[in-house]
Amino acid sequence: MLNILLAGVGGQGTVLASKIIAACVMKRGENAHTAETIGMAQRGGCVVSHVRIGENAYSPLIPKGQADVIIGFEPGEAVRALPYLKSSGTVIVSTMAVTPATDSLSDGTYNGKDMIDFLKKKNIKYIAVDGEEIVNRLGSSKSLNIALLGAGAKEMGISLEDIEDVIRTSLKPQFLEGNLAALKAGALYAK
Amino acid sequence: MKQLLMGNEIMALGALRAGVGLVCGYPGTPSTEVLETIAKKKSKGEIQNVYVEWSVNEKSAMEVAAGAAYSGVRCLVTMKQVGLNVASDPLMSLEYVGIKGGMVILVADDPGPISSQTEQDTRKFGEFSKVPVFDPSSPEEAYLMIADAFELSEGTGSPVFFRPTTRICHATASIELLPDLPKKKPQGFIKDSSRWVIFPRTSFLNHKKIEERNEKLRTELSSYKYNEITGTGKKGIAAGGVSVAYAKEALNIIGGECRMFKVATPFPFPEKKALEFLDGLDEVLCYEELDPVIEKELTYICGKYNLNIKIKGKLSGDTPNAGENSVEAAEEIFAKFLGLPTPEKIEQPDIPLPVRPPTLCAGCPHRASFYAVKLAMKGRKAVFAGDIGCYTLGNAMPLDMTDTCLCMGAGITIAQGINRAEPDTVCFSFTGDSTFFHTGLAGIANAVYNDAHMVAVILDNSTTAMTGHQPNPGTGKSAIGEVAEKIDIEGVLHALGVKSIYTADPLKLPEAVETVKKAADARGVSAIIFRSPCIAIVNPLPLLTVNKEKCVGCKKCIKELGCPAIVKDGKKVKIDSTLCYGCGLCAYVCPTNAINVKEENQNA
Repeated sequence: MLNILLAGVGGQGTVLASKIIAACVMKRGENAHTAETIGMAQRGGCVVSHVRIGENAYSPLIPKGQADVIIGFEPGEAVRALPYLKSSGTVIVSTMAVTPATDSLSDGTYNGKDMIDFLKKKNIKYIAVDGEEIVNRLGSSKSLNIALLGAGAKEMGISLEDIEDVIRTSLKPQFLEGNLAALKAGALYAK
Repeated sequence: MKQLLMGNEIMALGALRAGVGLVCGYPGTPSTEVLETIAKKKSKGEIQNVYVEWSVNEKSAMEVAAGAAYSGVRCLVTMKQVGLNVASDPLMSLEYVGIKGGMVILVADDPGPISSQTEQDTRKFGEFSKVPVFDPSSPEEAYLMIADAFELSEGTGSPVFFRPTTRICHATASIELLPDLPKKKPQGFIKDSSRWVIFPRTSFLNHKKIEERNEKLRTELSSYKYNEITGTGKKGIAAGGVSVAYAKEALNIIGGECRMFKVATPFPFPEKKALEFLDGLDEVLCYEELDPVIEKELTYICGKYNLNIKIKGKLSGDTPNAGENSVEAAEEIFAKFLGLPTPEKIEQPDIPLPVRPPTLCAGCPHRASFYAVKLAMKGRKAVFAGDIGCYTLGNAMPLDMTDTCLCMGAGITIAQGINRAEPDTVCFSFTGDSTFFHTGLAGIANAVYNDAHMVAVILDNSTTAMTGHQPNPGTGKSAIGEVAEKIDIEGVLHALGVKSIYTADPLKLPEAVETVKKAADARGVSAIIFRSPCIAIVNPLPLLTVNKEKCVGCKKCIKELGCPAIVKDGKKVKIDSTLCYGCGLCAYVCPTNAINVKEENQNA
């Protein structure tokens, strides 16, 4: 059994990323279950996708303390998801913060660096992906999800070739080039 | 080949496999995608001989299905748990009258609640209405179980509840689809007034029959394959629905061993199977969400058969009496129950995290409507009665424009009641277009007939946005995307006797404010239709940008509107072009005219 939790905010493509992971493992004949917890907001709310691979994964949601991999699409959301992480688990995290709308109203002080420092302080195994650099290089924030899959492929036990195959068959052709570039860019971060 | 499908899609496909001929319902999270799946298949031409509609409300849906089921057609009605309250009038009588074609009422419960007003339990509604209930524990099981529900319905001549919860509806699973089951041809409606017309005398006789049938079902359902006993030990855990999945996984994690009873038909309760489960046990823990249904049944059975077994659960305080269950909660409760070491408590990260409360989208026309009313009523005593939909979020700061929210359609009538108690207050109701057709019309008639003084605001964004953009009678589109008769909201209000009816574009703020003032000063019942489409169904307008030289950093735009696209940029503000939809409201608010339309629309 392998549990992968994807945590981000609305509009970041967490749900699509979870479907790609599920398609990759189903391609090799394994069972996959996914579930989402989505807040009321269409945009800007927290979105968490749970992907469970293999047998004996009865609960649709990953139990706390059982995630092998957490993919944080955003540093604060990665930290929020930590209770799900196994002690031996790894966090793949984009360092680019998404400031909540309410921070403009109340003098919010949220910054992504504090979150990455927190992961360091807690001795959590993590791979930091420079989301801002990738987004600037690709010229769009839409493919950050695929870059994170590239960075986490090894930890998830999925080959880059399988992800590429699934992207080719499931995404619209006009987005293909950008997403394949994102996959490559993300893969460079894999340890 | 296996496919990855959502629970709601799986249940829809299960119903199609079982030969459903008519599907109707009203959107409501977490049930919506069941009907949508069938509507999509129909619009693509993948299925024939299946009629599907979004009904105007759950009561209409239940009655449409009843008519078809009288005629021998297999019917599926879908709704969320609170929708069943709206449909409860036909439901209660329908159980007495009965049906001919199998009728499955799929009601999605929402423990938590995650996106609902109440934590009501449809298993209890089953007991109350005497309608049998199937409670699936996984999407895979639901796929097969829904066919059994149709069989039981046809076999007993009674409608049957199918009751998934959010985690079953919204979970996806990899499943292998099976060939369709053999179909029977519906007989059509056969006249028989002694059967289809409800009368006190026949209801008395039918009541007796229903009680006898349900008593018999307590035995018959005991051999139903999804009511299962597994494991061994002197202690037992009884669970139903998704809690079965949580329980199995929690036992694996803590290494617990006990007897387990999975209850797939909580009503009528499988009594014989329960006796088999209880035999030789010392203690039972019931793990279920919402009401203590299994716990009460087992307690009753222990009393009935003089069994000296302790039944634990919500009533005994051993499990939480509200909210969702989970594997980690089960681990702790089960460890205590089975005398195993307490699992290590998982701590929350000890660092402040960004708060992301739900907000109206950037560019949402509801923000403009609320703001227009707020400006127009500045300095006047006014109350704002909200309703169910995206626009309930009008209560959030800084808008703070929703004072009440109760249930579908209630805003219009609550505003009347507040005005009776406080005649010097201008009472507004805010109702979305779909909610207006759902249960708003009667409230308007009530206001006009009883000479109320209120302003009914209809927020017409041309869709049912909250549940994922379903069509409604005001949109001119049917469930399968075909052209439908478009019911004119102004025409309806006029026909119901509203004398002062105003229509305004909320994105044109100054005119919108003037309209509100006029409506508030009109005698009796007045109505404002704020018409502007949901941003999710139209292309963005030209985006806005902040002129840094003109911006004085007063942040009035942020403080007044709370739009997610306006963010702080040092001492000044900027507009996030990935979020802006070009509604232009902020341009009206800026005191120094620093916000203007950008030359090019980058988001288009």
